Amino acid sequence: MSAPRPTAALPATRLIGDRLLQSMGVIVLALALSALGALLWDVFRDGWRRIDWPFLTSFASRRPAQAGIYGALVGTLYVMVMTAALAIPLGIGAAVYLEEYGARGRLSRMIEVNITNLAGVPSIIYGLLGLGLFVRAMGMGRSVLAGSATLALLVLPVVILSTREALRTVPKSLREASYALGATEWQTIWHQVLPSALPGILTGLILALSRAIGETAPLITIGALTYVPFAPDSLSSPFTVLPIQIFNWVSRPQAAFAENAAAGIIVLLLLLLTMNAVAIVVRDRFERRHA
Amino acid sequence: MTVSPRLVVRPAASGASLEDRPAKVDVRGLSFYYGPTRALSDITVAMGANLVTAFIGPSGCGKSTFLRTLNRMNDIIGDTRVEGRVLIDGQDIYAPATDVVLLRRRVGMVFQKSNPFPKSVFDNVAYGLRINGLTRSRSELEGRVEASLRAAAIWDEVKDRLHSSALALSGGQQQRLCIARALAVQPEVLLMDEPASALDPIATQRIEELIYELKKTYTIVIVTHNMQQAARVSDATAFFWLGRLVEFGSTETIFTNPAEKLTEDYVTGRFG
Repeated sequence: MSAPRPTAALPATRLIGDRLLQSMGVIVLALALSALGALLWDVFRDGWRRIDWPFLTSFASRRPAQAGIYGALVGTLYVMVMTAALAIPLGIGAAVYLEEYGARGRLSRMIEVNITNLAGVPSIIYGLLGLGLFVRAMGMGRSVLAGSATLALLVLPVVILSTREALRTVPKSLREASYALGATEWQTIWHQVLPSALPGILTGLILALSRAIGETAPLITIGALTYVPFAPDSLSSPFTVLPIQIFNWVSRPQAAFAENAAAGIIVLLLLLLTMNAVAIVVRDRFERRHA
Repeated sequence: MTVSPRLVVRPAASGASLEDRPAKVDVRGLSFYYGPTRALSDITVAMGANLVTAFIGPSGCGKSTFLRTLNRMNDIIGDTRVEGRVLIDGQDIYAPATDVVLLRRRVGMVFQKSNPFPKSVFDNVAYGLRINGLTRSRSELEGRVEASLRAAAIWDEVKDRLHSSALALSGGQQQRLCIARALAVQPEVLLMDEPASALDPIATQRIEELIYELKKTYTIVIVTHNMQQAARVSDATAFFWLGRLVEFGSTETIFTNPAEKLTEDYVTGRFG
């Protein structure tokens, strides 16, 4: 009983389908890229001339020509450092526990489903939670700390999920080699599993922090200011961040403020790219060492 | 082909030296379960000190699973169960008071696929010493690393590249590095799970010569698919079939005059 041989017509139709899908893919990609390119071009055309040293070192002002983004830039740096400081250890710790120590049962599956759902919750909901919990109940006020804690909560599910994925890709043979030498579970995780999973974990952190740096809604909800003529100097300072400053400028009627907004977007993009570049360099160094 | 084995384990017919030796690892009535599936049934076998004991048998017969019960490596797989006793120097390693971490330091393991850590050659060997806090000074650590690499007959090949990645070594070198790594913590028993199955004949020969050297110091248990290898390196051989120990005796007996028809059919290559 031999299988029927494929007819000559079959490969031809398959080839056509393949070509069709391939060209559709190229068209979709071109559409997406050109939209992005147009956006970038528009922003750079409007904002490039506005970027100079005074723009970076001046506070917000009612006069567009004198307005700068110093307050928002420092605010964003403060908030991002604190968000990372909160979300990274908590997220990685939770993922290590769930993946390495937690029991494989109904409870673990329920937690996993819920974390996945949390990753999809609209950010303004986190803002409301932050307002109720951090700003009011815990008395942090409209501070850098409250904003960072809110953003940390927001990105925590992404950090946990991507870290768990990364931990799962660590080969069993590596763990076994460590256990066979009399390593404890924690020694195995710390010396072998985490370093080996680090590139994957960093990819998740890039995604998470890139999301946090662009968030506006939850910070407005917890009461970040939209007009800040000062830079935060401590964790309890009121603050603003770049996206809020940009939003504030965009909503002004004067054309000069639109230029400021475009310049602000460029600064935000450069900050984001710098952050990602650092993470990618660190990741590649680890991948080379572990290749 | 029908086989109607009487699954009786006989002691070695010849080879009195085998029985005279004190048993280093003494397994009594061991059964092993993956969930509801029984993978090993009522295994009783003793491995003598400073001997090489080979486990042979077709794929899936449970010999690797059995090997992994001897250092409780199966513990890290969930949903498994062990019945019976495994005594090492008379102490039941499945007793509740057993320190599994300490046990694995006493019972080293080399895996089928060489699995060096993605670190330098030096750090691979030093890992076990460091995590167990076995050396007090840098010079002592260096000394133990060198001694282990020499014992695994790889020192001359790696002494000039101790601090480059272990992953750049050849397959055979990686496996000998893994042996050096296991030796570094000075185990008493060395478990080897098909240590040469992924290696070329020359690298295989080197591993076999190494095993011959190592048995002066260690009690060695080796799983192998290779009949000739079992015949060459081992003093005692255990033949497993479908999760049972069919026959155990001196290697000479098992290969030349086995008591069981099943064993004879397997070692002569009629099945498996």
